[in-house]
Amino acid sequence: MLKIWSMKKEQQKSEVAAGSNKKKVTSAQLRVQKDLNELSLPDTISTHFPNPDDILNFVLTLTPDEGFYKGGVFTFTFAISVNFPHEPPKVTCNEKIYHPNIDLNGNVCLNILRQDWMPVLDLNAVIVGIQFLFLEPNAGDWLNKEAADDMKGDRERFYRNVRSAMAGGTVKGETFKRVLKAKPGEKA
Amino acid sequence: MAAAAVPTTNGSATRRARWTYSDRILSRPGAYVDEEDGFVPGEAPITSVENARILVIGAGGLGCEILKNLALSGFKKIDVIDMDTIDVSNLNRQFLFREKDVGQPKATVAANFVMKRVPGCTITPYVGKIQDKDQDYYLQFNIVVCGLDSIEARRWINATLVDLVDMENPDSLKPLIDGGTEGFKGQSRVIFPTMTSCIECQLDMHAPRAAVPLCTLASIPRQPQHCIEWAHIIKWEEERKDVTLDTDDPEHITWLYKKALARAQEYNISGVTYSMTQGVVKNIIPAIASTNAIIAASCCNEAYKIATTCAPCIGMPGQNNYMLYTGDTSVYTYTFEHQKKDDCPVCGNLPKDLVVNPTSTLGDLVESFAERPESQLKKPNLRSEGKSLYYSSPASLMAQTKGNLVKPLNELLSDGEEIAVTDPAFSTVFKYRVHFS
Repeated sequence: MLKIWSMKKEQQKSEVAAGSNKKKVTSAQLRVQKDLNELSLPDTISTHFPNPDDILNFVLTLTPDEGFYKGGVFTFTFAISVNFPHEPPKVTCNEKIYHPNIDLNGNVCLNILRQDWMPVLDLNAVIVGIQFLFLEPNAGDWLNKEAADDMKGDRERFYRNVRSAMAGGTVKGETFKRVLKAKPGEKA
Repeated sequence: MAAAAVPTTNGSATRRARWTYSDRILSRPGAYVDEEDGFVPGEAPITSVENARILVIGAGGLGCEILKNLALSGFKKIDVIDMDTIDVSNLNRQFLFREKDVGQPKATVAANFVMKRVPGCTITPYVGKIQDKDQDYYLQFNIVVCGLDSIEARRWINATLVDLVDMENPDSLKPLIDGGTEGFKGQSRVIFPTMTSCIECQLDMHAPRAAVPLCTLASIPRQPQHCIEWAHIIKWEEERKDVTLDTDDPEHITWLYKKALARAQEYNISGVTYSMTQGVVKNIIPAIASTNAIIAASCCNEAYKIATTCAPCIGMPGQNNYMLYTGDTSVYTYTFEHQKKDDCPVCGNLPKDLVVNPTSTLGDLVESFAERPESQLKKPNLRSEGKSLYYSSPASLMAQTKGNLVKPLNELLSDGEEIAVTDPAFSTVFKYRVHFS
């Protein structure tokens, strides 16, 4: 093959000298900006940036309109490192939740947030993944074993427990905070 | 003249019987290259051709020629991408397809045909869009050859290959060979992404598609084509909004033809025919088989030279990189160096300088991006290192940043600061260094 690389290196040397020392938009910022550009969020999901100038940290609010968690309001903190997209974003759930794949500390078990992360994946993929966890919790790959066993044993009972946790009740000795969206005229 | 003097390299005589003659080129010193250029006649260049992984984008008029030429030149590991299926009107020049193949995907049929004719060559087809594939996919290849009819696809692959270049990885630099034809005219060019003038730098070499102003179509048609465009753009939207126009559906074309014909009669314009309707709506440019053959041959020769270094290729920095061919006024070819644009939005390494009035607003700036011919941004996101200037997506950031639109630039930026602009329509980031006037 043609040896073009040595010429490329020569060229690069001369260009670096022409560079400037002004602050440059970092590659993580560029990539997140691009991902935000391409985000297509359904009505049930919104974002909030506590500091709008810092796009590497934001809060995602999910209000499922179907499934076990219908009517609940859940927020997730997204913390993106400067190594993004080499490293996945760090995502935690802020509410105490009765969910097979989210532990009581808010850690989220989603393959693409850990072992299956790839730089070609984007924020949209992560958000879709989280959304999917709320539509179809995965009892086979659990982080909260009690919830997983509950779901495997009897989906009806699991459903009732999810509802009572969301309403601020106590399930299996754990007391939860009320996370139901207040809608006038709707049964909690 | 006699075949007696054919030098055979060890052990390859029978294995490469089919390439006995082309191997002579690779096993003898070249007239225009020597070892300093990296050309060592013998096994090395032969192995290079056999091992090179080459990606062909497009399996249409040019693509059929390119696949055939590459396989017959001895390339053995070829991939081909095309999203189209075979139409009966392709058969006159897309010679890898037969009548029985109509409706089948071009990439698959072309790959199978060539593999059957050239044993030992593996062609892997992918039926779909180039945009389906990520950087890791494109990183596998040594050379990319394009035989496309769309500028959009060219710009996408160009931006992708420019982005791929990583100073830590010598294999990330993929030579891009681009062929294109239109009637009797064509071009072939070689691009070393980030090193030499790229497709974005050369965007002005593509003649823009002649578009008639909408008001002409709506109010005063003068040509049969105006009536067809009117039926296509205005009437369809009015009467069949719920139906997505399928330009391959004869019922849809007939409908447009009848509407266009009625309008033409109303304005005393003659010449609207069914085939003209089809041509205008599908933007058909007559394709000439031999122009495709000429351009594809040139592209494949460049690929062969890049893979083997047996002769100088075009496209080296500071040298000719663009061959244009014109066959409609006798025969004319001209090869020249298209200069790299330092401010190319795709391959310009340094941010482009942008002089702004410090008291004009961010809104004015955003609007000017929408108008700049090289960007034409529809849904831009803008930031500096420290500040989210304006984000059109997601909704919450738009709400938080739209207030900046009315602020003067000197309140948001300092003189000389870099801003980055992205848009869903472009895979590349546009960078500007803002200077106050």
